[in-house]
Amino acid sequence: MLKIKVQDLNKLFDAISEKEPLYMPLEKAGEANYGLYKTGEKTALDVLKTVKSAKDLFFPQSETIVKFKTEGKNITVEDIREEVKPFVLFGVKACDFKAFEVLDKVFLADPVDTYYQAKRNACTVVTFACRRPEESCFCKVFGIDAANPVGDVTIWKDDENLYWRENTEKGSKLTESVRYLFAEGGEKDVQNQQEETRKIIEKLPFSSLDLSYFENTEMMDIFNRPEWQKLSEACLACGTCTFVCPTCQCFDIREFKASNDQIIRYRCWDSCMYSDFTQMSHGNNRTTQMQRYRQRFMHKLVYYPENNGGLFSCVGCGRCVNKCPQKLNIVKVVKTLGGKKDD
Amino acid sequence: MTDEVLIPKVGVVTDVRRDTPDVKTFRVVGTDGKKLFEHMPGQCAMVSIPGVGESMFSITSSPTNEDYMEFSIKKCGCVTEVIHSIEAGQQITVRGPYGRNFPVEGAFKGKDLLFIAGGIGLAPLRSVINYVRHFRKNYGKVIVVYGARSADDLVDIDEIKNEWSNEENFEVYLTIDRPQEGWNGHVGFVPSYVKEIGLDPNMTAVLCGPPIMIKFTLQGLLELGFNKTNVYTTLELRMKCGVGKCGRCNVGSKYVCKDGPVFRMDEIDELPDEY
Ligand SMILES: Cc1cc2nc3c(=O)[nH]c(=O)nc-3n(C[C@H](O)[C@H](O)[C@H](O)COP(=O)(O)OP(=O)(O)OC[C@H]3O[C@@H](n4cnc5c(N)ncnc54)[C@H](O)[C@@H]3O)c2cc1C
Ligand code: SF4
Ligand code: SF4
Ligand code: FES
Repeated sequence: MLKIKVQDLNKLFDAISEKEPLYMPLEKAGEANYGLYKTGEKTALDVLKTVKSAKDLFFPQSETIVKFKTEGKNITVEDIREEVKPFVLFGVKACDFKAFEVLDKVFLADPVDTYYQAKRNACTVVTFACRRPEESCFCKVFGIDAANPVGDVTIWKDDENLYWRENTEKGSKLTESVRYLFAEGGEKDVQNQQEETRKIIEKLPFSSLDLSYFENTEMMDIFNRPEWQKLSEACLACGTCTFVCPTCQCFDIREFKASNDQIIRYRCWDSCMYSDFTQMSHGNNRTTQMQRYRQRFMHKLVYYPENNGGLFSCVGCGRCVNKCPQKLNIVKVVKTLGGKKDD
Repeated sequence: MTDEVLIPKVGVVTDVRRDTPDVKTFRVVGTDGKKLFEHMPGQCAMVSIPGVGESMFSITSSPTNEDYMEFSIKKCGCVTEVIHSIEAGQQITVRGPYGRNFPVEGAFKGKDLLFIAGGIGLAPLRSVINYVRHFRKNYGKVIVVYGARSADDLVDIDEIKNEWSNEENFEVYLTIDRPQEGWNGHVGFVPSYVKEIGLDPNMTAVLCGPPIMIKFTLQGLLELGFNKTNVYTTLELRMKCGVGKCGRCNVGSKYVCKDGPVFRMDEIDELPDEY
């Protein structure tokens, strides 16, 4: 284990960013989000939850797929991607890191999505153990240990030091390049902090959520529960929950004319909560907001796990708990349909 | 740069044929004059005119056709409207093939086959039927029941009349919804016609057409004693990626673009009713 004084952190960020682009939580207009670090930038490492998750780095909100040129009746197709240079993603919490595993099973499944894969491979992920998880967090329910995330490097931080542990070969390489800034030690401090953190997690209100109903019930029984109607009634179809969610991966493919003879086709995040998501010329297979709302949660709690060995497509980050304007969220769904351990 | 499934190939439309007032069939080859890629009956491809958009279509030609691929496209919105305006020589883009095909080399082998289509629903079936004709000895008796709104709405009628009707051990039944001058064939909806023909319930059946036709035809077949495990159809949901990633065609734990579009009726029974 290595450690560095918190006053020296900017030196660390500068050193990393001199070598490779460094993406980390930055504060902009009062909100913390992942962004490209530059010397003097206002960092927001201590913010527990960035507004948007870290998925942006591998699956950007919008991304060019291909460029077309047209000339009379002829078309040329141009793959305008450049090689993705190695970069560092710094400060990813355990929930967001677990979400990469959820996304990998979609984008890296055959046929591989090479847009996602190129960024994923080029990235060294430094995860950041949570010190004081808050009320909306329920990662524990999904078997995630917020006090001990993995990734290429794991860091912990208290009021005096940042502690650093390399986990992989990529992590060692990064460590080597900044080793001169660190001193040895910190195992005991980290252990103590982990114990404190785990105590906090035990007491969090949602830590006792029970997912066994979704694991042990037939899909159609869950699908047909009458409670979906009531649960979804207030939904505005704003799509906020899907955009802030680290595991939501639905996208749209669109195109625009960049000039008279050039067309850019791109993909962008989309939401199953939108009414035109499944709209076809002869009709729509989900006509009500209840059906769309149900789709989102059935996908996370039933369909995705069925296809992926029981892995849920929720990591308990609590973003939808905090951000839904109508206070509809996955916790409410689980509690209403599945109950709590002690009920 | 690595190969990427979302990046299409350029194809050239070499022939455009008007089938009905709102369906045209487009013949497509690569820029080198060869077929763009191989496929199996029932599989689909994303066809696009850059600047307008992409749409999913069944590859209606049989894989046994070594020279080109064909798409029968019904005009019904933005993309299909523009596709209908193109002429031979125009380049388009195509990516695919996508999805699970009909089990022509599996469950269909050695079976008597019943094909029931309504309207543009013939498009995916034409590929299987011509495949079966090509490998005729691998399959038993074939019956085709095909219906459309009017005689003018029957897709590929020339091929049906001039080629299919002359095959041995191969029966073709055509019907239109309402009587029409010059038509001396059967008049009536597909589901009721199917019940009149006198079918052997041990045949393997394939249904393609509008949802309402499928629903009532299936009911009819079940009444005749058909088993759902011997009845196949294709589902049509909105699609974007075609490879199980964009989430759009998800129903239950299935993605219609990769787990379908071909499904057995008993498999469809296990899906939530959102297709
Ligand atoms: C697996 C599959 C096979 C198909 N095979 C054929 C075929 O062989 N021949 C044929 O004529 N049509 C076929 N379709 C339907 C065809 O994809 C739509 O008619 C077409 O996309 C309509 O596009 P549009 O832009 O003209 O219509 P608009 O209504 O303007 O479309 C708007 C958007 O909705 C989508 N959309 C609209 N209708 C459908 C639909 N029915 N299915 C899926 N997406 C839709 C379009 O892609 C577009 O993004 C098939 C659809 C699927 C899913
Ligand atoms: S569903 Fe909500 S709590 Fe779960 S991962 Fe998505 S945003 Fe986080
Ligand atoms: S559940 Fe909430 S955040 Fe999601 S679409 Fe509905 S109102 Fe918006
Ligand atoms: S079309 Fe994208 S998942 Fe099926």
